[in-house]
Amino acid sequence: MPIRRPERIRPSEITDEAVYLERRWFIRQGLGLAGAALLGAASPGLVRAAGDSLPHSGKIPDVRPAGRYSTDETPTSWKAVTTYNNFYEFGTGKSDPAENAGAMRTRPWTIEVRGECDRPGKLDLEDFLRPARLQDRVYRHRCVEAWSMVIPWVGVPLADILRRFGPNSRAKYVAFTTLYDPKVMPGQRTDVLDWPYHEGLRMDEAMHPLTLVAVGVYGKVMPNQNGAPLRLVVPWKYGFKSIKSIVRMTFTEKQPETSWHKAFPGRYGFYSNVNPHVDRVPWSQAYERRIGHFFKQPTRMFNGYADQVAHLYAGMDLSRYY
Amino acid sequence: MRATAPGRGMDPVRRVAKPVTFVLCLLPALAMVLDAATGHLAVNPIQELINRTGLWAVRLLLVTLAVTPLRRLPRMGWLIRLRRMLGLYAFFYALAHLLVYLVLNQGLVPALILADLGRPYILAGYAAVALLIPLAVTSTDGMMRRLGRRWKRLHRLVYPAAILAVAHYLMLVKLDLRPPLTYAGLLALLLGWRLVRYAARRLRRHRAQQAGQRSPG
Repeated sequence: MPIRRPERIRPSEITDEAVYLERRWFIRQGLGLAGAALLGAASPGLVRAAGDSLPHSGKIPDVRPAGRYSTDETPTSWKAVTTYNNFYEFGTGKSDPAENAGAMRTRPWTIEVRGECDRPGKLDLEDFLRPARLQDRVYRHRCVEAWSMVIPWVGVPLADILRRFGPNSRAKYVAFTTLYDPKVMPGQRTDVLDWPYHEGLRMDEAMHPLTLVAVGVYGKVMPNQNGAPLRLVVPWKYGFKSIKSIVRMTFTEKQPETSWHKAFPGRYGFYSNVNPHVDRVPWSQAYERRIGHFFKQPTRMFNGYADQVAHLYAGMDLSRYY
Repeated sequence: MRATAPGRGMDPVRRVAKPVTFVLCLLPALAMVLDAATGHLAVNPIQELINRTGLWAVRLLLVTLAVTPLRRLPRMGWLIRLRRMLGLYAFFYALAHLLVYLVLNQGLVPALILADLGRPYILAGYAAVALLIPLAVTSTDGMMRRLGRRWKRLHRLVYPAAILAVAHYLMLVKLDLRPPLTYAGLLALLLGWRLVRYAARRLRRHRAQQAGQRSPG
C-alpha cells in the first residue's frame, strides 16, 4: 500500500498542473482509498527530485524525456521485458523471476554507501535518489546468451548519485551488492552463484554519463523481476553486469571480485564489454537475436556505444581484459 | 509384430503398451506445436524450441538405453518390444533439434552455419545426429534380417551418440551444470552397467577356457 508519510511532503511548494494530473491518473489506477485520501489531502508539492517523485507502484511522474543518450530503435514489448528475465535469485529459468519475485518487499529500502569516500552513509531509497532528477533512457540491452532487447528505462546517472558521497583519491572502483534474503529469494538457497550477487565497475565506467541507476521501465516503477527498487544499467556491457536490487555500493582501491567471474573465471571477466570479436563462452557473440525479430543481427562493438565508451579502453587488449 | 498368431489379438504390448508409448513420446512435440500456434512459446520462441527438442532427444536416448537393463527385471522382458519406437523418437527429436537450429536459428545462412562449425559443442551435436542416422535407417525388420549379426554391432553406435549428445549439452551450458550433469550421471550408470556385465562375461569365458586347457582329458 503506497502510503506516503506526511513529514516527507513539503507543503510550501506549489502543485504543478501536469503533476496534479499525473497524480489523478496515479490515483485512478486503483491505488486504494487510503492512499488517495492521503495524497489528495496533503497536496504534494512541485515534484523535481527523483526521491520525491518515485511512487511505490504504477506510473512515475515528472520524468525528463529521453535525450541524446537514447536510441530511437523500437522498444521491446513490455511483456517481453517483464517476463523474460535473468535474475538467478528467483530461479535460473527465464520466467522464474516474474513468477517468484512478487514476494520481495521493496519498501522500505536502504542503500549503504561505504569504502573510500568522505561521506559514507546508509540512506532510504527516497533520500538516496532525492537530489537527482529522473529521466527516460532508451537503451539497447545485450545478454551474454546472445539475445537482445531495447528497453526504455527510467533512472538517474550513477555519477550524479556517487559524487555526493565524495569518493576520495583511493576510490578506483565501485563494488555493488544485491539484497541477500534467502527466505524470499529461492535461488539463494542453491549455490549456482556466490551470494549475495556482487558486481563492480571501474570508477570511470561508473561515472560515465551512460551508466544509469534505473528505478523504472516503460515509465512505471520497476517491476520486482527487473531488479526493483533500483538496479544498475550499463548498456555497453553484457546484461549480467547490470546488477539488480542493490543494497550496497562500496568504493574500493582494488578491483572487486564479481559473482560471474568467480563462478566461471575463464568465461566471464570483470569487464564483460559487449564484443562480437571475443567470445569466451562456447557460443558465438558475433550475432544476436533481438527479441521479437526473426533473423539474427550482427552484434556491434560495445553494443553500439563505441563512440561514447571506446576511449575508456584505449590501449587495452580486449581479448585479455574480457 | 513377431507375436505368434494365436495370441495376437490378446497381446497387451501390441494393444496397450505400444500405443501408449507412441502417444506419450509424441506429447512434447504436440505441446510445442500447440504453444507455437497459440503464441505460448515464451518470448524467445526459437530458443525455446531448440531447448525443448534437444532436451527430449537426450531424455529419450537415455530411456532407450534403459530398456536393456530394465528388461532383465522379472516380468519386464516385453520392454524390448518398445525399444525401436523409443529410439526412433529420440532420433526424431534430435533431427527436429538440428533442423530448428539450421533453419530457424541460423536462418539457413551459410556464413552463420559455417562460423559455428568450429565450436566443439556444435561439432558434438552434429556428430551425435550423424551417428543416429544409420541406426534409424536400419531399424526395420527387413534391415535387421539382412544385416544379421552386424546389425547389433552397428547399433552399438548409440553409445557414442548418447555420449556426444550429453557432452554437447554439458558444453553449451551458461553456468548451471546441474541439469546436464544429472543426465551425464544417468548415462554413466546405464553405460557402466553394460561395462560391468561385459567385463564379467569376458572373465567367465576366460576362466572356462583356462579350465578347458588344464584338463585335456
